[in-house]
Amino acid sequence: MKILVCITHVPDTTSKIQFTADNTKFDTTGVQFIIGPYDDYALARAVELRDQTGGKLTVLNVGEAETEPTLRKALAIGADDAIRVNSNPKDSFFVAKQIAHYAKEGGYDLILMGRESIDFNGGMVHGMVGELLGMPSFSPVMKLDVEGTTVKMAREIEGGKEMLEAQLPLIAGCQEPIAEWKIPNMRGIMSARTKPLNVVDPVTEETQAETQKYQLPPAKGAVKLVDKDNVAELVKLLKNDAKVL
Amino acid sequence: MSVLVYIEQAEGKIKKTSLEAVSFASALAAKTGEGEVIAVALGSVDQVELASVGKAGATKVLHASDSRLDAGVIQAHATAVAQAFEKTGSKTVVLAKSSLGDAVAARLAIKVNAGLVSNVVELPNTDSGYIVKRSIYTGKAFAETSLTTANKILAIKKNAIDLKIDGADAAVESLEVNVPDSDFGSKITATERATGEVLLPEADIVVSGGRGMKGPENWGMIEDLAKTLGAATGCSKPVSDIGWRPHHEHVGQTGVKVAPSLYVAIGISGAIQHLAGVNSSKCIVVINKDPEAPFFKAADYGIVGDAFEVVPKLNEALKAEL
Ligand SMILES: Cc1cc2nc3c(=O)[nH]c(=O)nc-3n(C[C@H](O)[C@H](O)[C@H](O)COP(=O)(O)OP(=O)(O)OC[C@H]3O[C@@H](n4cnc5c(N)ncnc54)[C@H](O)[C@@H]3O)c2cc1C
Ligand SMILES: Nc1ncnc2c1ncn2[C@@H]1O[C@H](COP(=O)(O)O)[C@@H](O)[C@H]1O
Repeated sequence: MKILVCITHVPDTTSKIQFTADNTKFDTTGVQFIIGPYDDYALARAVELRDQTGGKLTVLNVGEAETEPTLRKALAIGADDAIRVNSNPKDSFFVAKQIAHYAKEGGYDLILMGRESIDFNGGMVHGMVGELLGMPSFSPVMKLDVEGTTVKMAREIEGGKEMLEAQLPLIAGCQEPIAEWKIPNMRGIMSARTKPLNVVDPVTEETQAETQKYQLPPAKGAVKLVDKDNVAELVKLLKNDAKVL
Repeated sequence: MSVLVYIEQAEGKIKKTSLEAVSFASALAAKTGEGEVIAVALGSVDQVELASVGKAGATKVLHASDSRLDAGVIQAHATAVAQAFEKTGSKTVVLAKSSLGDAVAARLAIKVNAGLVSNVVELPNTDSGYIVKRSIYTGKAFAETSLTTANKILAIKKNAIDLKIDGADAAVESLEVNVPDSDFGSKITATERATGEVLLPEADIVVSGGRGMKGPENWGMIEDLAKTLGAATGCSKPVSDIGWRPHHEHVGQTGVKVAPSLYVAIGISGAIQHLAGVNSSKCIVVINKDPEAPFFKAADYGIVGDAFEVVPKLNEALKAEL
């Protein structure tokens, strides 16, 4: 089976988010970049599936040169090779167009992504790629097993889940508990250095949206503490001041 | 011209978040002069329920009653909504973010060649161009994104607008859709859904418990408080990881993002990844025995104390007041 995993290169979940240049650019000062946590789940499951059924596992990122350490980490975790589409990921549509093109070229049986990126949180790229390729797409998928050409999945819905069956090829946006995050071991890190990382050009420059400015939410006021022996006071505050009851 | 709204239903009931999308579309149509607000509902829903969508601001409801559409089969829903879009000659689609809505919106965007913005938090600014404010970095920031396409899709976040249900019933027309069998290639073999409870992503009040609750046997306290408040229950990630609570209750960066009026956090430390799921709440109350717990920095009100002592007392005080 040929598997493609699309990964994002995003600020670590503990990062303080800040902007520069009159709030038009993300401030990378002191920020550590990681594989998107949901993409990491997709990758972990893909490694398991590849080990089970054989075949090849490719990771892909649409990004500029600074994302290469993140791709190398995916190789260390277990991907066989990597593709970097050399461009700033301008909007979801732009990213989906690049992924669809290279996914088609590679003829993958299974395309795994994260349920959403943690920078722009769109949760949109997998559906767009699915439509562009005429493939079914499912998200958020919390369980995925392949039996022959049949894929059995569990998809989270509000307040529960649905069990699904579909045929390969397909696309899934993954979330926990699909697999446990994998930490690269020494052998993985060593072998990642020599695995192929192919840099390719974007196939189109077409975009649909452009972000012009960023904003931080207003600072939160100090907490109002209520004595533990006077909980009635809290009820009053919630009712009369916050007006949420 | 018209703004189209994709309406979701669960077991024949229109979702509250979809009604919010209708109210949003109605305010949008008034602003852009797009006029009509047309809601599209798919699958088996009764006429009274459909007509009531008018109360939230729809001028008309199109109903494709094909029962194959009862289940949320993503491709089939996207095809049906695309056909409604073409038929009505709309330029804009509004829908509520959800596990189905997101998937449908993404496919629809490609089908009708529309620019798509997700996590929209307020009405777009149309003074010059079309600028949409959306939540990014899991609620830690906002972006102003300009859409350059003629066709547009806005997936709105909960609380992007106040739900107004003061209008009149709308006329319901049946919609003929032609969904090919190939769109039904995937089969939903079973659905598990908590019934009779308030759904977490839609809840107006959420009561959540963390590892400080010590074990699943102590959740009765959380459930009692939730019942008094008419709230949904949530939890932190470790709590669902260890299996004290079901996975769909896990709130945070890698779980459900909630946006209630009131979020009550009990025995949760307030790790940044948990806060990422609750930072859109209007009011946050924290109960924790450790005065240094980081959650207090993100809270509006707090009680420093043992949950096992405070929560039952709070429940009694609320019962006396409500
Ligand atoms: C990439 C990534 C993603 C993550 N995503 C999420 C996510 O989506 N959601 C999430 O929740 N976490 C997430 N986490 C985990 C997160 O970092 C924390 O580990 C987690 O939120 C801690 O859960 P907790 O507050 O329940 O437990 P703890 O940190 O153990 O805190 C328990 C709290 O209970 C208090 N307490 C103990 N006893 C009592 C008592 N009797 N009365 C009152 N208070 C008491 C303690 O003072 C403490 O503050 C993620 C982590 C990573 C690395
Ligand atoms: N720049 C990118 N490069 C590769 N994959 C991406 C990129 N952006 C998004 N994706 C994939 O699409 C998923 C959903 O992203 P989004 O629609 O931005 O929330 C992510 O979890 C990734 O798997």
